[in-house]
Amino acid sequence: MSLTVLSASPMLTVQDRGRPGWRQFGVSAAGAMDPGALRLANALCGNDTGAAALEFAGFGGRFKTERALRFAVTGGACDIRVGDRLLQPDESHKLEPGEVLSIGAMRGATWGYIAVSGGIATAEVMGARSTHLRFGVGGLDGRRLQDGDSLPLHDDTPGPLLRAPAPAPARADQPIRVLAGPQDDYFDETILARLESEDFSLTAQRDRMASVLDGPDLPAQGGHDIISDGTMPGAIQVPGSGKPIVLMAECQTTGGYPKIATVITADRPRLAQMPTGTRFRFARVTRDEAEAALRQAAGALDARIAALAPKPADPFASDYLLSCDLVGGIFDPEALMEGGPS
Amino acid sequence: MTSTPPSTDAARQGPIILPLGDSAVSVEFGRSIDPDMNEAVIALAALLDAAPFDGFVEAVPTYRSLLVAYDPLVITGSEVEALLRDRLTGGDRPARPRRLWRIPVHYGGPAALDLEDLAREKDMEVAEVIALHSGADYRVYMIGFAPGFAYLGGLSAALHTPRLPVPRQLIPAGAIGIGGQQASVNSVPGPSGWRFIGETPVRAYDPARAAPFLFAAGDALRFTPISAEEAADLAARRDAGEEIITAEALQ
Repeated sequence: MSLTVLSASPMLTVQDRGRPGWRQFGVSAAGAMDPGALRLANALCGNDTGAAALEFAGFGGRFKTERALRFAVTGGACDIRVGDRLLQPDESHKLEPGEVLSIGAMRGATWGYIAVSGGIATAEVMGARSTHLRFGVGGLDGRRLQDGDSLPLHDDTPGPLLRAPAPAPARADQPIRVLAGPQDDYFDETILARLESEDFSLTAQRDRMASVLDGPDLPAQGGHDIISDGTMPGAIQVPGSGKPIVLMAECQTTGGYPKIATVITADRPRLAQMPTGTRFRFARVTRDEAEAALRQAAGALDARIAALAPKPADPFASDYLLSCDLVGGIFDPEALMEGGPS
Repeated sequence: MTSTPPSTDAARQGPIILPLGDSAVSVEFGRSIDPDMNEAVIALAALLDAAPFDGFVEAVPTYRSLLVAYDPLVITGSEVEALLRDRLTGGDRPARPRRLWRIPVHYGGPAALDLEDLAREKDMEVAEVIALHSGADYRVYMIGFAPGFAYLGGLSAALHTPRLPVPRQLIPAGAIGIGGQQASVNSVPGPSGWRFIGETPVRAYDPARAAPFLFAAGDALRFTPISAEEAADLAARRDAGEEIITAEALQ
């Protein structure tokens, strides 16, 4: 049984939690750019947290299925249609054979997730299904999905259609929090201060590997070459051009540029989800604060998933309609990490 | 080798532990390239692999520092630092078996793009280039850049050669390269600015293999010249699923 991609958006890949354990051999973990959104999508479909789903950037594409399934779209506000029916994100819905699922453009977010009940059953490579595009590993032949691709699905078990409680208020205009270093000593104090006192923005040069930022010059008095050492997602490398590069899920495992600071784990999905051109500030925090922020975000996500509730059988029941956010509003992915049930 | 203490001034003061965000630290042994320092990095990695702490995710040895990734929802950064300091001062470094790979190389064929030019630039016979390259002992300092790509130290100074100003678009897997002071075995097909003098049927990376990666940081390598016919024979055996290389244990 399979899911067919009738038309694929340009950045449609199979992703799961990623492939840790291979960095020492040159392969970064990959996995979802917004892991919380992937987890929510799987939970809405009754899947294990380790199930594989589809990740897209910008807009989703069109799909059909050979067997009846439940699906959910998460990551942000976007147009979801089955036939003429307009459907909500952060809920699971039915898709029957013969119907066409269309997923349009995201609003106010960048990375979306489409989970289907049972999960995608492409072969595991090195312990995971995540696509590592740069090295052609995992997913479907290690590549972006194309029109006409057919994705094998695991059998699913029957389950209710679920709805996630609304996310907590956004922290969209809050700074992206960073820890200084590990090579902050390559930069003098006035340059380090610039990191917090001036605006940065996300340029269109962004993918699953890294995002190039626009902003003030960040010259390194210690030079822009280090003896290559290990890198992690969130690290902000500053090459000789002075334009910082934030490493993302599919980053190289080692690098030769000084890393002025590193985005905290709790804020990485929010940075990933910012639309291109978004202006933002960085703010330095302590490691204790970063750890507290992560615990809070993880707890909020756990609580939101624990509060998934079956949808009423009659979707036109008035209390259901009242509870829907029919106005739309800008969805903020940070809320997904930080928000609890409201 | 494994018990040799770090010898540089920077390392003598002891490694420093730098946070790399909230889910990794970099244990920095110094700021230079040195085999003893690299050995200390790898010894700490081996210690962590043998006895991982709760929340340990993975360790990545590089020239002079060890990246230690952990799950901050399981263990805090300051707890990780305390554990690492204990292990660094514990002094009970287990003797780490060292592996030697003898890599068969055909110095010629389509991948030997630079062999003759290099000999000309160095004012040597091609045979001298081959003798220098296959006469040296190499050390895998680290794996990075691409899956299974080994940065090799030990190249004869007479063969040090700058990279090309404009990288070539497609270099095959198995191409034997020289980049600055380093040597390499290309692990995946792709662009490269390194200079190439031959090719091996050995694959440093094969995702379909039970052990996808051949080399690890700290391994020793030697290159053994073989003929075009031997290379073709080994490639055929490799394609038939045969294991064409195994590592020897070094004392």
